[in-house]
Amino acid sequence: MDFLRPAGWEEALAAKAEHPDAVPIAGGTDLMVEINFGHRRPERLLDLTRIGELGEWGTDGDTVLLGASVPYTRIMERLRAELPGLALAAHTVASPQIRNRGGVGGNLGTASPAGDAHPALLAAGAEVEAESVRGSRLIPVDAFYTGVKRNALEPDELIKRVHIKKAAGPQQFSKVGTRNAMVIAVCAFGLALHPDTRTVRTGIGSAAPTPVRARAAEDFLAGVLEEDGLWESGAVLPPAAARRFAELAAGACNPIDDVRGSADYRRHAVTVMARRTLGWAWEDYRGTTRRSAEGGTPCA
Amino acid sequence: MGATRIPTALTQEGRTGTGTGGIGESTLRPDGTLKVTGEFAYSSDLWHEDMLWGHTLRSPHAHAEIRSLDVSAALAVPGVYAVLTHDDLPAGTHYGLERADQPVLAEDVVRFHGEPVAIVAADHPETARRAAERIRVDYAVLPVVTDEASATAPGAPLLHPGRGDGTPHPNIVHRQPVRRGDVAAARARADVVVRGEYEVGMQDQAFLGPESGLAVPAEDGGIDLYIATQWLHVDRRQLAPVLGLPEEKVRLTLSGVGGAFGAREDLSMQAHACLLALHTGRPVKIVYNRYESFFGHVHRHPAKLSYEHGATSDGKLTHVTARIVLDGGAYASSSPAVVGNAASLGAGPYEIGHVDIEALALYTNNPPCGAMRGFGAVQACFAYEAQMDKLARELGLDPVDFRQRNAMSQGSLMPTGQRVDSPAPVAELLRRVRDMPMPPAEQWVTAGERADVRALPGGLSNTTHGEGVVRGVGYAVGIKNVGFSEGFDDYSTARVRLEAVNGEPVAVVHTAMAEVGQGGVTVHAQIARTELGVTRVVIDPADTRVGSAGSTSASRQTYMTGGAVRNTCRAVAAEVLRRGRERFGDRHPAWSAAGDGAGGAPGGAGGTPDGAGGGGPRLEGGKIVTADGEVLAGLAEVLGDEAVDIELEFRHRPTQPFHPQTGQGFGHVQYSFCAHRAVVEVDTELGLVKVVELAAAQDVGRAINPLSVVGQIHGGSTQGLGLAVMEEIVVSPDGLVRNPSFTDYLIPTVLDTPAMPVDVLELADDHAPYGLRGVGEAPTLSSTPAVVAAIRAATGLPLRRVPVRPEHITGC
Repeated sequence: MDFLRPAGWEEALAAKAEHPDAVPIAGGTDLMVEINFGHRRPERLLDLTRIGELGEWGTDGDTVLLGASVPYTRIMERLRAELPGLALAAHTVASPQIRNRGGVGGNLGTASPAGDAHPALLAAGAEVEAESVRGSRLIPVDAFYTGVKRNALEPDELIKRVHIKKAAGPQQFSKVGTRNAMVIAVCAFGLALHPDTRTVRTGIGSAAPTPVRARAAEDFLAGVLEEDGLWESGAVLPPAAARRFAELAAGACNPIDDVRGSADYRRHAVTVMARRTLGWAWEDYRGTTRRSAEGGTPCA
Repeated sequence: MGATRIPTALTQEGRTGTGTGGIGESTLRPDGTLKVTGEFAYSSDLWHEDMLWGHTLRSPHAHAEIRSLDVSAALAVPGVYAVLTHDDLPAGTHYGLERADQPVLAEDVVRFHGEPVAIVAADHPETARRAAERIRVDYAVLPVVTDEASATAPGAPLLHPGRGDGTPHPNIVHRQPVRRGDVAAARARADVVVRGEYEVGMQDQAFLGPESGLAVPAEDGGIDLYIATQWLHVDRRQLAPVLGLPEEKVRLTLSGVGGAFGAREDLSMQAHACLLALHTGRPVKIVYNRYESFFGHVHRHPAKLSYEHGATSDGKLTHVTARIVLDGGAYASSSPAVVGNAASLGAGPYEIGHVDIEALALYTNNPPCGAMRGFGAVQACFAYEAQMDKLARELGLDPVDFRQRNAMSQGSLMPTGQRVDSPAPVAELLRRVRDMPMPPAEQWVTAGERADVRALPGGLSNTTHGEGVVRGVGYAVGIKNVGFSEGFDDYSTARVRLEAVNGEPVAVVHTAMAEVGQGGVTVHAQIARTELGVTRVVIDPADTRVGSAGSTSASRQTYMTGGAVRNTCRAVAAEVLRRGRERFGDRHPAWSAAGDGAGGAPGGAGGTPDGAGGGGPRLEGGKIVTADGEVLAGLAEVLGDEAVDIELEFRHRPTQPFHPQTGQGFGHVQYSFCAHRAVVEVDTELGLVKVVELAAAQDVGRAINPLSVVGQIHGGSTQGLGLAVMEEIVVSPDGLVRNPSFTDYLIPTVLDTPAMPVDVLELADDHAPYGLRGVGEAPTLSSTPAVVAAIRAATGLPLRRVPVRPEHITGC
């Protein structure tokens, strides 16, 4: 097994162009498990740990530019205000040791439907910045997951960072596992309310061959909020609407039975998580509208 | 011997604050800090110059004929020194704890997923692994038997054809009925009869230090094996015939053990490493990774249990019938003894005059099952405690009150006819857990707006902020035997040397006891200090140069090897007193009371259950003193240059086999009891569980090291909690293990482990050293049914199977 150690980003792109079969490794929290169990024996590993910029994050206007290797611990601790959904998801990733090493780039590169970051990235409407010696492009995260553990990257491309709009409204993330910490998702649900664009976005993990959005649920809820004037009034959401949203979310699932849970349970759990996260997010939203009505800072 | 990081003797100073480091004090373990800081040398850290690495090729099928086996491509890999198959075995081909039915390497058939087929030695572990991949095995897959119906169906494949030991079917490893009284008549008197079917999944011991060891060929043609195991001498007994060596040429030394819980009772890589070492003439190390470890040891027997209980309307049990079917997997391991426990303890800690129990273990193509903490009593306890709650509900009685009305006590008869002849405070233990203060409700509510999700089901996964959460409370109590039963000649050996080093007396304790994390080395030092009145105690590494200490299992080591250390110390003390009298007897009249063999226990408490000597001189504070504390001589002065060095065996009182048809017999040495109260919160919509508190009360007879006692109760309770809500090896219908990793075999994390208040009783058992009672297993029994009872209370669901999965609670 060859171990390529580029000193900088350009060198890494050149190496990936020369060896498209090289498997990038950063935190190694997923890949090393595969290697240790003998599930994968890549001919070449492309070590990205010497490229400092991958571990950095910054902002561009209202967008967070999140380096592919920024560890989950940093996201939890430093980006809770800007990326609340992703911060909640980061908190559910494995153990503290793993969260200190793993980052969003690994989740995206592996593209497992069980990756904890995906529902939050889908709900937030993130874009993946992929680069090769041929140039750079932004891939909407909706189009990024192309199959079971497959993604839209070209063989010569590397993930540089992820562009995520700073939250303009409440975001939630919820994940079911059969243990109260350090557990792979049986299924997961992400929700983001976007009052600035009057849209709703969702993400579902581990309940279909790829991470998916529940578009019918999003459209339904956005419609209710619009028609009933709820964005402005911040009134209580009709329980029937929350239930319908949850049913439509479950309808977006296409789960399987496996050692972690049954397909029926996954659908059921997505229903419950969708209803609960909507309740929490909407209560948050109502809180901010009430505060602004009382003379606080205006709502975005 | 050039091995590095081999076990070294542990010197323990052992003073704790104002104490002397004797029994009853919470002296600290010498290995504790090393383990927490990562400095402890485990068997996987062994290293030897020129050593090779062994690797095992395992069966991918649960049942298959081996049509051909070609190792030539593996042998051709550069760096490979040996590839061995069944045909290369030099002597014995099978081994086993109770029956030698397990092949060292599969011959013409594999009987379970993961069975060893070939072994490779190479100069690098990766080379050995790659070479093993090149071994070509032509398998013809055979039909599997995986449960009672398929194993006993007409024409079922026989796992071990040609068996003739009288079980009802060749695929039944062992069967034990226990019959007493007249069940039919008792049933007629019952006002309420409840029946239930229960199921226990396959739990794994999940120790953290995987199987590993280092075999070093010796110049005399023998072998030195450094190994993490539970019982050095039974390993040697099984290894010698396989290696074709006399036992004295098979020398074992205990290496650092990272947990055991029964999983190291059977051989794993021992024979393989020794065979490769003898074949190549080079030291050979084998270390399993986590994946292989799941295939490398036996698991807890999955069980199906059918129970019927009756009671009168005033809440007295009339009878019990039970059928307990245990899945032993492909080889016998310790299945017969597990069956004996399940049958004899299957009625629980209750007085029931009319009993009809049948327990049996099957041979199937599932992974072999054997010893695990609780050993047959765990499965039964889950079922009979569920039955107790059912009966209480039918009778409209409080579940604790109902249990107390039927609780056994000292003098009660077991269903085996054995009288319980030491304290059995079952009702008292239940009272104590019931009367503990309840944990506060809704602990997730914080001063701020947000719920503290860590206190909720789902934890940091953020699945509820209180929605759907219902609290439930459940109780359970269990009975476990201590020590080896059914007439087994159970003994332990201890060698104790007392010598003067630089004018200070030092005791050296040498046993073959496997320290697997239970704290036995600490206890031995405490006993030596108490008995010999010394401060400094050296614990020699455990090895086969000294006699057997028996297994570190069955909650027996403090009783048995602790008892051996105590008795040997007393013999040493008697010899010291004899020498003192010989040399200084004319100096003081008190010497004349220092009789031979009277023992020199401090306090001179004659007539105690300890059997200590009378009011003569004793050893204390490094000196020999009179009963009044007057110093007669210093120990160093008496010893001079000549150490006292004695090796003795210790036996518990004999037991009897159970009658094969009735199960009657004085089968067990001692019983141990623990009760639990579990408080859980269940997210009833998602089926997720948070155990809020798991309170325990246990009678330990005498807490030799109170801190370690509480640690054992915490650990056992947690392992029982794991079985209740998450731990299961999932085996597919074709006998394949589906979750051999810690990714999918889940054990409790710190967020799953609740507050565990412990109430320790010390009611002496007059038959046991210091009155002590084995501690380690009893808490594993009642923890599981208490947690499940609490989930039933929260959900109203019957929940007949453990582990309880979210689907069982949500119904989908």
